[in-house]
Amino acid sequence: MRAGGNKMPDKDALVKHIPGEETQRLLTVEDLSVSFDTEKGSVRALFGVSFSMDAGETIGLVGESGCGKTITALSVMRLLASPPAKMDGGRILFKGRDLFALPEKRMCEVRGQEISMIFQEPMTSMNPVLTVGEQVAEVFTAHGICGKKEAAERAVEWLRKVQMPDPERRAKEYPHQMSGGMRQRAMIAMALALSPSLLIADEPTTALDVTIQAQIMALLREMRERERMAVLLITHDLGVVHDFADRTAIMYLGRIVEMAPTRELFAGPIHPYTQGLLASLPGASQTSRVLPSIPGTVPDLANVPPGCPFSPRCQHRQAAMKRFLSGETSTDELRDCDREDPPAFEFSPGHLAACHYQRRVCGES
Amino acid sequence: MSGQSMFADTLRRLSRNPLAVAGAVVILFFLVMALFPKCFSEHDPNRINILRILDPPSARHLLGTDDLGRDVLARMVYGARISLSVGFVAESIAIGIGLIVGLLAGYYGGRADAVLMRFVDIMLCFPSFFLILSVVAFIGPSIWNIMIIIGITGWMGVARLVRAETLSLKERDFVVAARAQGAGAARIMFRHILPNTLAPILVAATLGVAGAILVESSLSFLGIGVQPPTPSWGNILTAGKDNIEFAWWLSLFPGLAIFVTVLGYNLLGEGIRDAVDPRLKGR
Amino acid sequence: MGRYVLRRILVSIPLLIGISIITFVVINMAPGGPIGVASDMNPKATAEYRERLKAYYGLDQPVHVRYIRWLGRMAVLDFGDSFSLDGRKVWDKIKERIPVTLLINALSMSLIFLIAVPIGIYSAVRKGSVFDRISTVAVFTGFAIPTFWLALLLMILFGVHLGWLPISGLVSLEYDALSLPLKILDRAGHLVLPVFLAAFGGLAGISRYMRSNMLEVIRQDYIMTARAKGLPEKVVVRRHAVRNALLPVITIFGLSIPGLLGGSVIFETIFAIPGMGQLFYQGVMSRDYPLIMGILTIGAFLTLLGNILADVGYAVADPRINTERAG
Repeated sequence: MRAGGNKMPDKDALVKHIPGEETQRLLTVEDLSVSFDTEKGSVRALFGVSFSMDAGETIGLVGESGCGKTITALSVMRLLASPPAKMDGGRILFKGRDLFALPEKRMCEVRGQEISMIFQEPMTSMNPVLTVGEQVAEVFTAHGICGKKEAAERAVEWLRKVQMPDPERRAKEYPHQMSGGMRQRAMIAMALALSPSLLIADEPTTALDVTIQAQIMALLREMRERERMAVLLITHDLGVVHDFADRTAIMYLGRIVEMAPTRELFAGPIHPYTQGLLASLPGASQTSRVLPSIPGTVPDLANVPPGCPFSPRCQHRQAAMKRFLSGETSTDELRDCDREDPPAFEFSPGHLAACHYQRRVCGES
Repeated sequence: MSGQSMFADTLRRLSRNPLAVAGAVVILFFLVMALFPKCFSEHDPNRINILRILDPPSARHLLGTDDLGRDVLARMVYGARISLSVGFVAESIAIGIGLIVGLLAGYYGGRADAVLMRFVDIMLCFPSFFLILSVVAFIGPSIWNIMIIIGITGWMGVARLVRAETLSLKERDFVVAARAQGAGAARIMFRHILPNTLAPILVAATLGVAGAILVESSLSFLGIGVQPPTPSWGNILTAGKDNIEFAWWLSLFPGLAIFVTVLGYNLLGEGIRDAVDPRLKGR
Repeated sequence: MGRYVLRRILVSIPLLIGISIITFVVINMAPGGPIGVASDMNPKATAEYRERLKAYYGLDQPVHVRYIRWLGRMAVLDFGDSFSLDGRKVWDKIKERIPVTLLINALSMSLIFLIAVPIGIYSAVRKGSVFDRISTVAVFTGFAIPTFWLALLLMILFGVHLGWLPISGLVSLEYDALSLPLKILDRAGHLVLPVFLAAFGGLAGISRYMRSNMLEVIRQDYIMTARAKGLPEKVVVRRHAVRNALLPVITIFGLSIPGLLGGSVIFETIFAIPGMGQLFYQGVMSRDYPLIMGILTIGAFLTLLGNILADVGYAVADPRINTERAG
């Protein structure tokens, strides 16, 4: 179904190139592996995650909870608590600098100024004993931009920019006096105050009411245009990504299993997991009234099966197994699925997926 | 997970905690001492010998003698019996009252809960040491009175604990199921809820025994607790205070015994807490 | 805010009534009632005295009338006359003793705050470090050491062997002859051991409490937000974590009042300090019932006051309560 592009898998292939234009890569995550020390021993959370972003680009990072989206984001911010977290390999380059080689002091300058982050829970993400204004103003003073007084004024300005109603009064209020939507606006003000070139938004609307969700996404879109910043949008909701992200990466069990320009990903998903996700979107299946769902459950990170992490739930793998067991085929065509973690393969320019089955089907046709 | 394997699991985790094991060993040591005092000292704890008043530690009197020439080691060995039994009995009384109040308040809720918990609040308003001293002043100091008084002034924490557990347990499926099958209130409380609160109670009880031993020794030290000639670790220290300038051994050893025992119970209690709920470890 | 304080005080009224009932029950618990013990135990209990007592307790009245009358007298701090030889009013005796006890407890609370809070913060921030381990051991030791025993040991060490510190009373015998700076020094010297001992139990408890609060706060989302802003870890701890972790400690200080009062009985007796604790001890030893009941009531009242102050203090410090909209 997908023709052409039989290039060998190559890490650099993950980087989007715009032909004829030398764009600077803003962020490159290379082969990132992270594990956690737990009571039951070491648990791998990320298995060689690689992707890169250009300045001003928006990438959607999509996956079920526990798949490693937030861990990826926190790794970029270098905010994973260690211990228990441990980086097993890979690097993260931001504007050509290796973030993990920076001293903590330099990293503090990067955080909030060049890369900033907003979190899922506006309810708990703000300090309950400081006013909202103080918390926004703190960004300016912490980075030595200006004095306290001016910071307070700038904070009000920023609250106005994120369309906080009555910003002068709200700046003097505490987080608990505000609604979730207002708090998330304040969080956005905090994150954007120093015009970072990369914003990481970790499920920014998940905890909000549906109507508020749309408002916050609209605000983020507006801010993105105005500040010309890149956005790494983390979500479990493909719908949110659909009209917001330039490119979308699908994560499953600590790996990126598919990555493509968003439009292409929605039009022609390659990885069976992505196909399943898209099929389970309401409105995606016109023929059936029942929402299809992916059979099986996500395995525990503590016991990830060998080979392709998706194989226990993969219909192609199951079908091949059945054919082999019933004697229909003499060899198990997809035995690689249980042996080897599939590498990323570029099926068409800029469209990568990690799947043995699709590679067989497309690669050998 | 079945109750049995959970218990075994807890015990295994406990046995891997060296501090908790050390605590258990200390407790066991003093228990053996309290049960078989003859094995630890051949002296009569009450034999007065005016020729040997305030003798320093020697081969004959390993820990010296007190102001009446009695052997300090012998008094401490027999004192262990008193101090430990006061600790146990007082804490059992406290647990008993706290358990019943907590179960009733948590299970029935509403007005019963409000009244009982208000009563707990009121009891907590009294500096417990003041209350204990006042009651002792009225009914007189005796070992039994001391045990009872420490017990009835120390149950409030257990009551709050059991109430909180009961509140959450009574909504759980197995309790709801039992109720649906027509089990009576008493049966639900004692058969279904009580066993599930045992772990936190055990922790509270272990720490509580330590607290009761401390209170008893303070009382006896002040001369309002166990009365001489009956030896208790606290009242040996009274003699230590009176002879502070000449007889350090009278102050050192009994206090050390109290300290080590209380430490032992505390370590074991904390160990049990960690073993029951490993998530809380180190908190 | 004013509303909150008012509400908090109103809520305490049933507690106050409860306290009075329990105190009343304790008085009437003695065999033969308050008069029985008075006449049995007190050599001064002449026929005339007994009549006075009878009138005081109103024993000819039914129990609820007696309670109400007794309550009325408590309200105006009339605890009756002491059984002791001087026969003074109980309230007068207590009144002159309270300042010393409050001074020592206030000093020891400040000491606890200044030492235990930083220890708790530092252990939490450096969880698992050598410092954390040592402080954990020290905390366990602190929990298990009987205060009166430690008092004895310190008396032996600093008073008897080294002779650095006085071990009895509030001032030396020659106090009146000293110059002012020496007078101050003399008083301070007498306070060192009692204040330290009064603080000792609290040190362990509060530092442990502060540590676990800090560990709890550090896991909160807003700490991650603060870090994501690019604040250095020091600022994150100082500005964001400590403030939140300190809030519950305010309450603990209020709640520690009964323990401190109880402890004052022990160390005031050991160090011969003329405070309320020593007075109480003397009252218990001589079975001076009016005095005992007076101090018990005052102690409970102070505890209740501490609880209210703790709640109000918490409310002042926590914007989640003090910005609560009325109604």
